[in-house]
Amino acid sequence: MIPSAFDYAAPATVAEALAALADAGDDVKVLAGGQSLIPVMKLRLADPAMVVDLGRIGELSGVRDDGDALLIGAMTTHHQVATDPLIAEHVPLLAKAAATVADPQVRHRGTFGGALVHADPAGDMPAPVLAAEATFILAGPDGERQVAAADFFQGYFTTAVDDGEILTGIRVPKYTGWGAHYEKFTRVAQQWSIVAVAAMVRVEGGTIAEARIGLTNMASTPVRATAVEQALAGAPLTKEAIAAASSHAAEGTEPASDLNGDAAYRRHLAEVLTKRAVIAAAGL
Amino acid sequence: MTVTEVGKARLRKEDAHLITGRTRYTDNLTLPGTLHLALVRSPFAHAKITSIDTSEAKSSPGVVAVLTGADVADKQGSLPNVWPITAEQKAPAHPAIAVDTVAFAGEVVACIVARTAAAARDAVELVDVSYEELPVVLDLEEAVKDEVLAHPDLGTNISATWVYDSGTAGSGKPIAEALEGAEVLIERTYYQQRLIPAFMEPRSVLVDPTGEQLTVWSATQIPHILRLLLALTLGIPESKVRVIAPDVGGGFGGKLQVTPEEAITVLAARHTGKPCKYTETRSESLMAAHHGRAQVQKVKLAATKDGIVTGLDIHLLADMGAYLGLVASGVPILGAFMYNSIYKFPAYRFECTNLFTNKAWTDAYRGAGRPEATFAIERTMDELAVELNMDPLELRKKNWITHEEFPFATVAGLEYDSGNYEAATAKAEELFGYDELRAEQARRREANDPVQLGIGISTYTEMCGLAPSRVLGALRYVAGGWDHAQVRVLPTGNIEVVTGTSAHGQGHETAWSQLVADKLGVAFENIEVLHGDTHISQRGMDTYGSRSLVVGGMAVLAAADKVIAKAKVMAAHMMEASEEDIEFAEGKFSVKGTEQSTSFGDVAFATFAGHDLPEGFEPNLDSEATVDPDNFSFPHGTHFAAIEVDTETGEVSIRKYVCVDDVGVVVNPLIVEGQVHGGLAQGIAQALYEEAVHDETGTLVTGSFVDYLVPSAPDLPHFTTARTETPATTNQLGAKGVGEAGTIASTPAIVNGVLDAVRHLGVKDINMPCSPSRVWAALEEAKTAGGVQ
Ligand SMILES: Cc1cc2nc3c(=O)[nH]c(=O)nc-3n(C[C@H](O)[C@H](O)[C@H](O)COP(=O)(O)OP(=O)(O)OC[C@H]3O[C@@H](n4cnc5c(N)ncnc54)[C@H](O)[C@@H]3O)c2cc1C
Repeated sequence: MIPSAFDYAAPATVAEALAALADAGDDVKVLAGGQSLIPVMKLRLADPAMVVDLGRIGELSGVRDDGDALLIGAMTTHHQVATDPLIAEHVPLLAKAAATVADPQVRHRGTFGGALVHADPAGDMPAPVLAAEATFILAGPDGERQVAAADFFQGYFTTAVDDGEILTGIRVPKYTGWGAHYEKFTRVAQQWSIVAVAAMVRVEGGTIAEARIGLTNMASTPVRATAVEQALAGAPLTKEAIAAASSHAAEGTEPASDLNGDAAYRRHLAEVLTKRAVIAAAGL
Repeated sequence: MTVTEVGKARLRKEDAHLITGRTRYTDNLTLPGTLHLALVRSPFAHAKITSIDTSEAKSSPGVVAVLTGADVADKQGSLPNVWPITAEQKAPAHPAIAVDTVAFAGEVVACIVARTAAAARDAVELVDVSYEELPVVLDLEEAVKDEVLAHPDLGTNISATWVYDSGTAGSGKPIAEALEGAEVLIERTYYQQRLIPAFMEPRSVLVDPTGEQLTVWSATQIPHILRLLLALTLGIPESKVRVIAPDVGGGFGGKLQVTPEEAITVLAARHTGKPCKYTETRSESLMAAHHGRAQVQKVKLAATKDGIVTGLDIHLLADMGAYLGLVASGVPILGAFMYNSIYKFPAYRFECTNLFTNKAWTDAYRGAGRPEATFAIERTMDELAVELNMDPLELRKKNWITHEEFPFATVAGLEYDSGNYEAATAKAEELFGYDELRAEQARRREANDPVQLGIGISTYTEMCGLAPSRVLGALRYVAGGWDHAQVRVLPTGNIEVVTGTSAHGQGHETAWSQLVADKLGVAFENIEVLHGDTHISQRGMDTYGSRSLVVGGMAVLAAADKVIAKAKVMAAHMMEASEEDIEFAEGKFSVKGTEQSTSFGDVAFATFAGHDLPEGFEPNLDSEATVDPDNFSFPHGTHFAAIEVDTETGEVSIRKYVCVDDVGVVVNPLIVEGQVHGGLAQGIAQALYEEAVHDETGTLVTGSFVDYLVPSAPDLPHFTTARTETPATTNQLGAKGVGEAGTIASTPAIVNGVLDAVRHLGVKDINMPCSPSRVWAALEEAKTAGGVQ
């Protein structure tokens, strides 16, 4: 488990990091918490000539109130996301999802931004961020640009981050007062999701006014369960209505088959887990 | 002897250094000038090696040497199998480094020796090997057809066929009668999936060739056996080899092996004249360390309509993998004597066919043969109960050996010395709340609850204390099953115990100290247990098969008895009494009927000083003993699992687990508890989580812990453990062994519970591991087949 030799830079600011990336050319990797990159390098599935470590850039870490949204630094750890009071109040979905990632050690090192750029289809953070309609802030040689979550995840382990760019933060609208739940299905406690469902609902009286549903590991990217969202909007707050809406969960998904289950099983799980996630989010 | 230490839940002596990181695992040891090895492994499961170009690797920075099979062909010999179960047993030559063909993916084809581990690893990529792929045989039911051969030179995939027949052996009737006349016949096929031992410390070897003797440190369970067999394999006089097993982090049978990696490290050290070290990565461990289980079991059970079992017929296909491991051929045989388990019935036949495939070699894995046997009989007893519409517990009670019937000669030819299945089961029933859970199960079925409840039962017995040498001889194993100990008395009366067993997590240092503390009346803290170094412990048969206490521990006690006998002579002399009048208790020698006494320490010092000795007395109380057991020991128990199956997702969870084990007299309840918990975890892992999966080319798909699912604490329920204590009659302590018990009983208990939860929905069987997707698929299939609602 020894990676190939590589050069290493640990810049103190985003500008320095961008310069280091520009200098290094193609064969460079950004290092955040290292919880995905380092295993991949140790297995020699990646052997970058240069690694630019973002760990010393203080400005990339932390959660800020930004009016109608929260601004979460890319280097904020899973542990911070899981325990931050602003996130708990305004986007509890993110805290609930982050708390299901791996184990305490990994959560203390792995970062929110790293998990999103890594874009593992089975990773737990992309679907909640997609459901929350967050915006990604990217810094590059030509300045800053913003990408909507719907455009950020482009394919299997592929995102809108271009060579020479880094993700600096994620802007997440506030969902104050919404109910939220992340329903993750695994075989052992420490495992990536076989399927998981991120759900947020806004309840008004006896009906579901609005819902946002994101699915983990139901395609090469996280997907929105739009058919379920539509069916839930205005539906009565009953288990039966939620179950009926959830039967649309697998529509438009393209799940993979692997040792944990084939595509048919995943489609079935998506329906069951959506029902459970929405029931829990609605507090039923 | 008053019992003060035996039975005490002492914290383990060995833990302080292990849990504070002051470990001496092999990889922690580095000698000055140590060179590091990295291995080039075949990506193909079966291929001819057409050429190997090592020139680039040789000129890579830091590389000292590159060895291929051709380079060491005349030195490497063939790795040993020591259990030719039949005179005709076939086995391919097993070179440590493949010479012209590879037979499984992961086999070593070259070895890099470099100044640093990083330089060695870098050079692996630079070795250019050309292969010509050959067809692979992976599946046992295919292998037995002999159409594609794992080793074409051998002419067959069959290594050996071994039969036990109670009719011909004289231990019962012929099976044919039982099957023909059967009122009820249950026929089933079970798949024992391939498992990977997954010990926490990866294997590691360090070899120092610079002294007169070659010193080998290895993460092994078997330093003594390794010394002899490395010497024989590599053509080195055994007197020139010293093997040390320093701290060893688990084994589970996975380190009961003479490995290519050990041989290669010796070859590299001798080639370079420098100390050489190899430590495997986890990926290498999963791919190339030996695997376990991997059997297909065809079972026929005959019974009367009243549920009295009348005969059992077992046909086994057992996967040896690509090469025949050290004792791999005998693993199914260890199971052969256990299929009848705790039951009495008149006719039994067992036949196994050991087969080669193009997968990693297999060998002993915790329980070795016995978990497989117990699974087959316990699953089938449940099937019989269903067939007869009988409570599975009642069925077992009808067929088991009752406690009045011991000693009992079994249909498989063993003599069970003792046991009380009624007592263990009664205790388990009470702790479990059997009747209430059955009532809840009925309610949930009635209500069509999405979460169904199942009750899994498994009783078991196993043979521990491997093994009486005469039995091993009769089974064609090449060596014996004795063990050896020395008890050395230091001048102060403190004690050094030298054991031939080789602990790798079991806590022998603590337990052996407790044994000797009671025997000699010496304080627990003043006893040191030495093991795992062939210089210090010259004789021993090492640790596996739940043998250490019941064989090695008895040697310790026997040696301590000899110490007492010697010391009595000295004490009599010191107190001017006659030897017959000396009594020894609680560390004191006293003269019968008087107040006169002297302490063990005083006798030790007087012996050491030697100023005034009895006539002809050697000034030395040290003693040694070699003990060959008369019989196996037979722990037993009853396990219950309450299993919930979420019929919406197929998820299985264990709501309650109760086990009552009878392991005889317990030396340290805390250690026993630890062994039971770990064993349960491993058995549950087979039932629900673990499986080594290969794709159609023979590549291991479960090549990391991301895919090979080893459960951890949050995945396991609270275990309710309890014991009954029926002493073994075959050793002076009454102990039976506990290393494998939990692993043996838990697998069938869980699977029986899963099926009990969903059988009424039309599910007939689910292969292990009972993963959610498999359980769900079985439910779906039952639905489309119009399950019995
Ligand atoms: C044992 C274990 C179990 C795990 N279990 C789970 C789980 O259950 N669920 C789950 O979701 N995840 C799991 N993970 C992954 C974990 O969430 C990682 O933290 C995450 O995938 C990557 O985050 P990181 O900060 O470690 O990123 P790194 O590993 O440092 O980087 C990952 C990738 O993202 C790129 N990158 C990182 N940050 C930036 C940035 N700011 N800008 C541009 N590129 C960037 C890197 O170049 C690299 O390609 C597990 C990891 C481990 C080791």
